[in-house]
Amino acid sequence: MKHPLFAAIATLALGVPASADTLVVLAPGYFGSSWGPGPSIKAGFEARCGCTLEFRTGDVLPRLLLEGARLEADAVIGLGTDELLRARRSGLFAAHGQDLSPLTVPVAWDDEIFVPFNWSYVAFVYDRTRTDNPPASMAELIERRDLSIITQDPRSSGAGLALMLWIDQLYGDEAAPVWQALAAQTVTVTAGWSEAYGMFTNGEADMVLSYTTSPAYHIVAEKDDTKAAAIFEEGHYFIAETAGVLEGAAQPGLARDFIAYILSDEFQGMIATANWSYPSALPREDWHPVFRDLPMPDTAIFATEDEADARRAPALALWLDGMTR
Amino acid sequence: MNDAARRARLLALGAGLAVAAWLVILNFGALGAVAWRADATSGLARADWAAVRFTLVQALWSAALSVLLAVPVARALARRRFAGRGLLITLTGAPFILPTLVAVLGLLAVFGRSGLVNQGLDALGLARINIFGLQGVVLAHVFYNLPLATRILLQGWAGIPAERFRLAASLGFGPRDSFRQLEWPMLRELAPGAFLVIFLICLTSFSVALTMGGGPRATTVELAIYQAFRFDFDLGRAALLALVQFGLCAVAGLVAWRVALPSALGGGMDRPVQRFDIGGAGLRLWDSALIVAGALFLLLPLAMVALRGVPHVAGLPAEVWQAAGRSLIVALGATAVTMAMTLALAHAVIALGGRRGALLEWLGMAALAASPLVIGTGLFLLMRPVVNPRDFALVVTMLVNAGMAMPFALRLILPGLREVMATQGRLADSLGMHGATRLRLVTLPRLRRPLGFAAGLTAALSMGDLGVIMLFAQREGATLPMQLYGLMTAYRLDDAAGAAMLLLGLSLALFWVFDRGGRIGADA
Repeated sequence: MKHPLFAAIATLALGVPASADTLVVLAPGYFGSSWGPGPSIKAGFEARCGCTLEFRTGDVLPRLLLEGARLEADAVIGLGTDELLRARRSGLFAAHGQDLSPLTVPVAWDDEIFVPFNWSYVAFVYDRTRTDNPPASMAELIERRDLSIITQDPRSSGAGLALMLWIDQLYGDEAAPVWQALAAQTVTVTAGWSEAYGMFTNGEADMVLSYTTSPAYHIVAEKDDTKAAAIFEEGHYFIAETAGVLEGAAQPGLARDFIAYILSDEFQGMIATANWSYPSALPREDWHPVFRDLPMPDTAIFATEDEADARRAPALALWLDGMTR
Repeated sequence: MNDAARRARLLALGAGLAVAAWLVILNFGALGAVAWRADATSGLARADWAAVRFTLVQALWSAALSVLLAVPVARALARRRFAGRGLLITLTGAPFILPTLVAVLGLLAVFGRSGLVNQGLDALGLARINIFGLQGVVLAHVFYNLPLATRILLQGWAGIPAERFRLAASLGFGPRDSFRQLEWPMLRELAPGAFLVIFLICLTSFSVALTMGGGPRATTVELAIYQAFRFDFDLGRAALLALVQFGLCAVAGLVAWRVALPSALGGGMDRPVQRFDIGGAGLRLWDSALIVAGALFLLLPLAMVALRGVPHVAGLPAEVWQAAGRSLIVALGATAVTMAMTLALAHAVIALGGRRGALLEWLGMAALAASPLVIGTGLFLLMRPVVNPRDFALVVTMLVNAGMAMPFALRLILPGLREVMATQGRLADSLGMHGATRLRLVTLPRLRRPLGFAAGLTAALSMGDLGVIMLFAQREGATLPMQLYGLMTAYRLDDAAGAAMLLLGLSLALFWVFDRGGRIGADA
């Protein structure tokens, strides 16, 4: 090494290297907390594999792209559907080798690289005690002048991006007047989901862009059934979180076992209440009763990776144009 | 100049230049690394220039209003003594150190759609106010920065030697004469700096501007940088936009540097200040009204944050408390590093003097214009070939926080140090007092107040910083602001409110301890 001082510090700080039977999984920050899905997944997988599962938490996609092949991990979990194209183009992933027939997601999924572990629909969530006649369609929401909404910026938020593509799928190049109409009802647009949802629960707006699964948290954890998602006739935009095996995995076998575990009934039975979204490989009748009883949209709207990529720039231009007119 | 003096000067210069080198790496090395890593770039689009325009407009308004409002408030606070004054000054500093998310929610609890103000207006049958828009951005930034401006100016008032007020009283000066002869020169010296600092803080605003601005019309350069990173993954454009941000900063710095006038009055003997120009009942009433209005504006949103959070502090998960401990360590480390670096840099600025000194001073301020996102990514790229960045997440956070807090610390300490050099320098020289002895006996005791304030500010800022640590997935575990955001994304809004309260409490406590330490024995 050219930098002996750094090397010395690094040796001291690195401590014990990962042992031979440790599976290292790159994951978003929330996998590191006791209240997220991390601990259950770790305990469940370790009981099967007789190995150690270590989550390395952080911003997943930027780390993948910045570190490239130097990334010291075997698998990745937590990549959103909106991030898959860029992750795929990095060339860092290997085929997962799993049979995907157990998947129950509402869109066709035959991806050889990424496997969804949970999913949801974006939706406008409202408070039953404040709004008694939620819109029944996107067309109605656009027409309504009595409802205030808070959304997220597609440039910085996954949910905001999903809304942008949702409107794009419904209205295409005619979206600018739609955004202009929505802008009239929009209290504000936030950079991230947390700000928007916090403002909504504080009563800043009637509806907030969130997920059809959001009410489940309030029902299960807070015994509060006042929050509900407005279900739209046109259908809702589908989003999922996925996992994949890294090409440079030191433990490729364990990494594939991990993907198999994700599709197991044990994982699928636990993920709904651990991460507050629908299980990806479990028939609806086997879901946690609260999730099973949530109103479910009839139609899934979803742009394929290439389609979404091609529409990003024009859809954003329409969004900017309509929202700032 | 004798040997001891030369040695002391060389030491000061060496230490200052070492600090300058770190600042160059932090601000420009990181930017260079990002640009280096970029493939082709699309260049700047029309929307980017709209972002530049909006950024400038809101920053100018925010900085101008913050400083203009701070002058009467600081003046009222400077000439009044009342029970709880110290506590009030500490508390009103809190908005500045809050994480943006918490501050915005507190502000909306007062000024938002269902906030106190609109409830009051409803009750009175008056029209409701809509806070979202440019007015909201400026309101939020004034809420953030008014305390900082007030404190910078208050330091200025406290720094006017007692002899001048005595002389003024013996000459029969009224409040108006005092203002023209004593206070105006001080404002001419300090206000441009305060304006610049706040202008630069607002220049890099992103989440607050978007949320309070009501939509994409309120797109700032920092948001455009974020978009280049996350939406387009166009590192070249991100670097280009970061350069634009630096350019704006440099121009603003140059203007402020030319406007600021060094104080031309003589020194004093460090006596406690006794004010004679406190005026009659009318002036007293006016000052009281100003202080009450300022306190309400700053404290009500905080009270709302506290009301919401206090019931949930006791029930916080253990890992939130552990994160709080980790954040305390980072904050204390960052404070120690910042104080050492700032003193070294300030000495070097004065020792070099002239243009070269000004260049160093500007370098110390540069971090204000730096994009945290660019710094985080750039440092990651710089470190990655040498070490694994995640092993140094907390150390890097400390060093970056030090760089980011230095502009404030330097602003506060440099004028004081100049004053010490001007008033005590010749005496110390003639006594042959240099180096550590001089630092201990002459310089530090006279810098206690700005040092304490700067240390408090650094500690509190670094406590609430989310910054670079997010990218450096670290093995040591999360900091308190990270846990706060983590709780929010998991819908645990009550716990998040509790964590926000804990963060607010700890930041204030740190700030109070340092600031108080600096003011003990000094009557201000």
